[in-house]
Amino acid sequence: MAELTYRQAVARGIAQEMERDPRVFFIGEDVAAAGGVFKTTEGLQERFGPERVRDTPISEEAITGAVMGAAMNGLRPIAEIMFSDFFATCWDIVANQIAKARYMTDGQITLPLVIRSANGGGARFGAQHSQAMENWAMAIPGLKVVAPSNPRDVVGLLAASVRDDDPVIFLEQKSLYASKGDVPDGEIVDELGKATVVREGADITVVALAAMVPRALQAAEMLAGRGVDVEVIDLRSLVPLDMTTVLHSVAKTSRLATVEENPRLCGWGAEVTSIVTEEAFYDLDGPTLRITTPHIPLPSADTLEDLAMPSAELIAARVLQAGNA
Amino acid sequence: MPAPPAAPQPLQILTPSGDLAADSPLPLARIKDLYRSMVAARAYDKKCSAMQRQGRLATYAQFEGQEAAQIGAVAALEPRDWVVATYRDAAAMWFHGYPWLNLILGRTGDERGGHAPAGVNVLPPSITVGAHMIHAVGLGWASLVRGDDAVAMTFFGDGATSEGDFHEAMNFAGVFRTPTVFVCQNNGWAISMPRERQTASATIAQKADAYGMAGVLVDGNDLLAVYAAAHEAVIRARAGEGATLIEAVTYRMGPHTTTDDAGRYRDADHLAEWAARDPLERVRRHLEANGEWTAEWQHGIEIGEAETVEAAVEEAEALPAFDAGDIFDGMFVDLPVALRRQRRAAEDGAG
Repeated sequence: MAELTYRQAVARGIAQEMERDPRVFFIGEDVAAAGGVFKTTEGLQERFGPERVRDTPISEEAITGAVMGAAMNGLRPIAEIMFSDFFATCWDIVANQIAKARYMTDGQITLPLVIRSANGGGARFGAQHSQAMENWAMAIPGLKVVAPSNPRDVVGLLAASVRDDDPVIFLEQKSLYASKGDVPDGEIVDELGKATVVREGADITVVALAAMVPRALQAAEMLAGRGVDVEVIDLRSLVPLDMTTVLHSVAKTSRLATVEENPRLCGWGAEVTSIVTEEAFYDLDGPTLRITTPHIPLPSADTLEDLAMPSAELIAARVLQAGNA
Repeated sequence: MPAPPAAPQPLQILTPSGDLAADSPLPLARIKDLYRSMVAARAYDKKCSAMQRQGRLATYAQFEGQEAAQIGAVAALEPRDWVVATYRDAAAMWFHGYPWLNLILGRTGDERGGHAPAGVNVLPPSITVGAHMIHAVGLGWASLVRGDDAVAMTFFGDGATSEGDFHEAMNFAGVFRTPTVFVCQNNGWAISMPRERQTASATIAQKADAYGMAGVLVDGNDLLAVYAAAHEAVIRARAGEGATLIEAVTYRMGPHTTTDDAGRYRDADHLAEWAARDPLERVRRHLEANGEWTAEWQHGIEIGEAETVEAAVEEAEALPAFDAGDIFDGMFVDLPVALRRQRRAAEDGAG
């Protein structure tokens, strides 16, 4: 067992898979010599050499298009898009090419590739470098979408993503990079599509993802003091989506809240809520609750960014308010 | 990778020792004004770096060493022309009228910084790499359609030429003959990626050939060479002869930003080599040799320009704080009902 930061866990996860499988290689902007602008890939080039860990020109379309070609031709690439906002510059390759290649070739072409990216807000990077774009990614059929909330899961879910035969968008939440957690020694491999109950409770199910998980847990502690016993679920991936764990929890608590960092319209919480109301309406004792960032670009001023994103205090307040309604 | 062919020598008018290698395109009095502007820009650059270290702004991208490339190019514009630049181009933007106040607000994460004063034809700095070059093509295209003769000048780095946007912007400008001046500040680095690994092309300027426009390679630390190239490009653009690509060869003296440690990937020897080609020092030598420079005058302008920047910082830091509902400002002309509800909830503290 070692205590690692979330960013150290990224390098450990990539190294674990590169060590195991010579077909795995890694490319991106400033990932090799500089060790990544978020220092998530430090030491990888020294360890695996410049052929397998490679800096590229500033060309997101070429990065994603090239790993698509390499994946078709027997390799298992990992690409980095520096900020997830930059997916918008290569969305043709990701949404029109990578996501659809298997379908349009009747399953002949598989694309075992992972595109990692620093996603989300909380780091004062402004509207074009802070977007939580998990809802864009899950809206495109053909992409898997993974978003770990802690260092252990970074390693285990990254391994599962690299070993998966289909394309995976792997979203690291950039404000979590400095957070620490225990990571067991040895190989860690998780399964995609398995949510985790990170806190058991009897009164309400709160479903969260990535940076919203620690905030939901903090809110649960605040609410415990107010006599509300919160169950917190870390969704861990949006595609595949583990509704079994959510429905099982709602059957117990009879209340559902989702906490999303993405802007409100068509966020993943709407999908989770919709499935719960379709499949477990009579388990519910009250209206479902969605807590999200408003439908706005994220402001860069620290005070405004804090107001825009769901905080532990806001989550607790909204859950209490809904309970009293 | 095969070694790229040797690059041709960039156009140089003022040598690093301050001597004229060709006729000056500008009178001495104007050179003196432009020198003072470069001193002002350097004062701003140093102030922002200091503020970042004091925790008063989040991240700052220094432009030290690139003052001549920016001010020399914009000096060829008229107020009706446009400047479309990046986060490393504060000198270019300010010289065309974008106030220090707005630039400082932008760096402190205050969206009010993006609101340029009326009549200042400068777009807010592009934070994403490359997208803005295409905006400059559109601005120039609008000039053609409207029948005015305003020119759009866009600044970008060597790294941005690897983005698809560069190709598409250059191609549109070539095909539609838009009055656009593309100024590539080749400062040697795109974060950690050196210029020679960014493109196998001997120069960036030669890429202009493929788009059917003029390409000019200039010493980007030579105020007079940059001005001369930009002046010719602007004349061509106003005359309906289309766009120009200027490659200004310069050097990023600082790290990529204050969050970067360039020592991890680049050799300190280059810094000393480029420090000897400092764009301010060579103009200073030229002024001194022509009896237009004294240490007292230098001292006076340094203090004066630093005070101006300081006043802008004080003004920025004295602006009223935000309210919770302000996060919805600027969303739409009329805020839709759903967003008005979200605004009320935010103001009630229960977003």
